[in-house]
Amino acid sequence: MKKYTFEILSEGAIMKFNKILKNTFLALVACLALSACATQKVSTGQMQGDVYTGTDTVEYLASGVPDRVFFATNESVLTTASRETLRKQASWLRKNSNITIVLEGHADERGTREYNLALGERRANAAKDYLMTYGISSGRISVLSYGKERPVDSGSNPLAWSKNRRSVSVKAN
Amino acid sequence: MKNFLITLIMILIPVKSFGLIEVDITRGNLDPLPVAVSPLSIDEDSRKNFENILKKKDIGLEISLIVENNLRISGLFNPLNKDAFLQAPDIANLKPRFEDWNLIKAQALITGKVSYVDEKLRVEFRLWDVLAGKEMMALAFTTVPNNWRRVGHIITDKVYERLTGEKGYFDTRIIYVAEEGPKTQRVKKLAIMDQDGANNKFLTLGNELVLTPRFNPTSQLVTYLSYFRNLPRVYLLDIETGTQEVVGDFPGMTFAPRFSPDGKKIIMSFAKDGNSEIYTMDLENRIVEKITNHPSIDTSPSYSPDGKFIAFNSDRSGYQQIYVMRSNGSNVKRISFGKGIYGTPVWSPRGDLIAFTKLHKGKFYIGVMRTDGSGERLLTENYYQEAPSWSPNGRVLIFYRETKTDVKGEGFSAKLWSIDLTGYNERQVPTPTDGSDPSWSSLLSN
Repeated sequence: MKKYTFEILSEGAIMKFNKILKNTFLALVACLALSACATQKVSTGQMQGDVYTGTDTVEYLASGVPDRVFFATNESVLTTASRETLRKQASWLRKNSNITIVLEGHADERGTREYNLALGERRANAAKDYLMTYGISSGRISVLSYGKERPVDSGSNPLAWSKNRRSVSVKAN
Repeated sequence: MKNFLITLIMILIPVKSFGLIEVDITRGNLDPLPVAVSPLSIDEDSRKNFENILKKKDIGLEISLIVENNLRISGLFNPLNKDAFLQAPDIANLKPRFEDWNLIKAQALITGKVSYVDEKLRVEFRLWDVLAGKEMMALAFTTVPNNWRRVGHIITDKVYERLTGEKGYFDTRIIYVAEEGPKTQRVKKLAIMDQDGANNKFLTLGNELVLTPRFNPTSQLVTYLSYFRNLPRVYLLDIETGTQEVVGDFPGMTFAPRFSPDGKKIIMSFAKDGNSEIYTMDLENRIVEKITNHPSIDTSPSYSPDGKFIAFNSDRSGYQQIYVMRSNGSNVKRISFGKGIYGTPVWSPRGDLIAFTKLHKGKFYIGVMRTDGSGERLLTENYYQEAPSWSPNGRVLIFYRETKTDVKGEGFSAKLWSIDLTGYNERQVPTPTDGSDPSWSSLLSN
């Protein structure tokens, strides 16, 4: 959506200012129309922005405790949904105090290998930090980055990439 | 490879004279120099001896084919079809009939002779300027018979150097990651091969994930990333002995290793608490130094050939960009300012350029820029490609390229490719399996 707006504006270099405004307005209307479609897609399990919101690849640590969170391109910021998932993980970890976990951080295939290793580590640590603020000691959480080495979806499209940008909590014992 | 003792005897010091052929490698060569590589002549006794030892019927012909193939893939030469040659190899090596070679439009001619001397392989070869009717170079080598392929590479290096004025890159090897299996469960092994794809050998079994092997520019050591026991760490591997060790004692993931130009240090990233910084470790006294200090990702470090500067990749501006700093970490300057994001800076062995990977509008590019970031030049565009590595003479880059998968997520492949600094002569480098993360060795001899 963002991209669509941008393209209209970049053509606007040769347009008059009011025309730009008019077109931007049109683009916004188009965006709203598109986002309506997008929202419908979300309900069938797709993406919001470019963050995966579906359940296709998600596994469960326990009933109602999803094992993974997803990220926007090049980002390690936790979304509202991700924080909710991590709170569920934290509460499950508090109840099962003998369990230790590995947070496996991943990136999509559209980045250089070494940077993606660093990015995967950053993502897994974002999840770790959040779990720690909910009372899980750092001694129970280790972090492992796979960069782009272990995609769950082998597709070369935005949806596949969104599933691959993830941090997965894996039981270590 | 201890048997690399190669004695190099100058038979004739090449006489510099005006008007002899020269090949300009500074620009794209659309008109490669026609060259005739005569089969090296061989006497019947020597031929039989080598047939016994090497299982090659005519080792003189085999060596000439290696030279021919090298010259062809350089893109600078056009080796002529041997069927058209009028003169027998032994006579040609004594005194070529230049009119005959001129007739088939050869401008340069390579002749030679192989013999079996004291259980060794002795090769002499000559380079002739056909139009001037003059000998340009004559050299002889003696080595163990098993080194016969290397003899072909060394001859090519000498010819290349004589005609272009720059060192060659043929007597070299490539270390890379051999890949197999579905994209979601790739099995990766370290592999090494000659620059022309021959003598491929796997160095690990594929039990653990391995990435980014890089040669020590001064020896046969390699540094790489291994996930042995699920602990991603930088390792040091001696190719000759097979011994390996973890580099340093870091409490977390180390990655993106590379040697310093003198081969005495390893520079790499260490990731901790969501922050990757660049460190060096001295291989002699094991002293570890922290080079960068910034909350952003700092990775993919590469030294300048004089060891005074380090180019690296950082997202401190918000996105991946290329930065240069002094080797002690001071004077950090961003140098990439074009549109898009930039990664994998690699300093040219000549010192004047930095090769990089760039992502812009969904396409990946391999390019070069000057060390201050000016003069950006994109050499090749594709769906996905990255990780350029320079030939030791700084004229060719090798990198890897991945294909887009189809709607079913199938059809993935990763291959090694090379391209000249001029942007011409792009070609796939043959590997028995898929391959990625190539690193080019320095010249094995001379």
